[in-house]
Amino acid sequence: MSNLVRVTINEERCKGCALCVRACPKKIIELSKTKINAKGYRPAEVTNMEACIGCTACARTCPDVVIHIEKD
Amino acid sequence: MAVLFEKTKLLTDKQFHYCPGCHHGIIHRLVAEVLDEMNLQGKCIGVAPVGCSVFAYDYFNCDMYEAAHGRAPAVATGIKRAVGNDTMVFTYQGDGDLASIGTAEIVHAAHRGEKIVTIFVNNAIYGMTGGQMAPTTLIGQKASTCPTGRTEEWSGMPIKMSEMLAQIPSSYYIERVAVNNTANIAKAKKAIAKAFRYQMEGKGFCMIEVLSTCPTNWGLSPVEAIDWLENNMIPYYPLGVYRDKEAE
Ligand code: SF4
Ligand code: SF4
Repeated sequence: MSNLVRVTINEERCKGCALCVRACPKKIIELSKTKINAKGYRPAEVTNMEACIGCTACARTCPDVVIHIEKD
Repeated sequence: MAVLFEKTKLLTDKQFHYCPGCHHGIIHRLVAEVLDEMNLQGKCIGVAPVGCSVFAYDYFNCDMYEAAHGRAPAVATGIKRAVGNDTMVFTYQGDGDLASIGTAEIVHAAHRGEKIVTIFVNNAIYGMTGGQMAPTTLIGQKASTCPTGRTEEWSGMPIKMSEMLAQIPSSYYIERVAVNNTANIAKAKKAIAKAFRYQMEGKGFCMIEVLSTCPTNWGLSPVEAIDWLENNMIPYYPLGVYRDKEAE
């Protein structure tokens, strides 16, 4: 079954603070192990979009308001 | 397709200059969302402080004014008395601004029962100037001007602004909240919305104190800073309603 929720993180504006990592109840957000953005931060990434329940905890916790969430 | 979360239009597109994980960004978003949800764009004027949030006027997509250090409540008083009750006037101030150089202004604004809302961000340190001890710095907490930790003998006890202002007869609504988890973020937003509603109804002085991290000057990672806030700040600065005249 494909998941209907889509979490989009603006990687260039992310500051890699990991507050979204802490907030996600499904533990599906990590700081990137491969990317560094122009600000010098490791941006947050959703590792398993299928498991997302669309709770918006990550977006409500992000101090830089860089997370956008949609549901099909 | 439904949008579950999007950035409110009451925040401009400008990127916050705040450090990674700093709670100012969350608090800005809550204020902006409440302004948006209450349709206050064009009907509100904010007053920015001196301190880390000095550039708040660049981030809120509404009319903003910049006050001298600590003087935001005095400036807001003048604005409110000039524009009248149809305009919601708020100040956004940190603890270095409100609880130190601006203590006289906030105390007298509350005493006069000024019809303004103050959003008071307490992170127990001077952020912008590099982590000096503030009146709100906790006992034992290290800062650049107390490198071995604050002591009661030398500096007295940290100032509790909400408790103090709640004693003032003309204060209408005083609540202390935090944004350390999603449940508390929701409560903080409710408190801000209540304060703004009281202002639109022409009620008296309201202050929402929001406990906040300062990971950089506390010398902690953003996630460790939340743990520190939970283990140290909340026990000394208990969350809750300190005054609500409507409920009395
Ligand atoms: S919406 Fe909820 S479950 Fe999905 S990534 Fe964000 S915090 Fe995790
Ligand atoms: S909370 Fe926001 S800024 Fe911090 S790591 Fe997550 S997406 Fe990036």
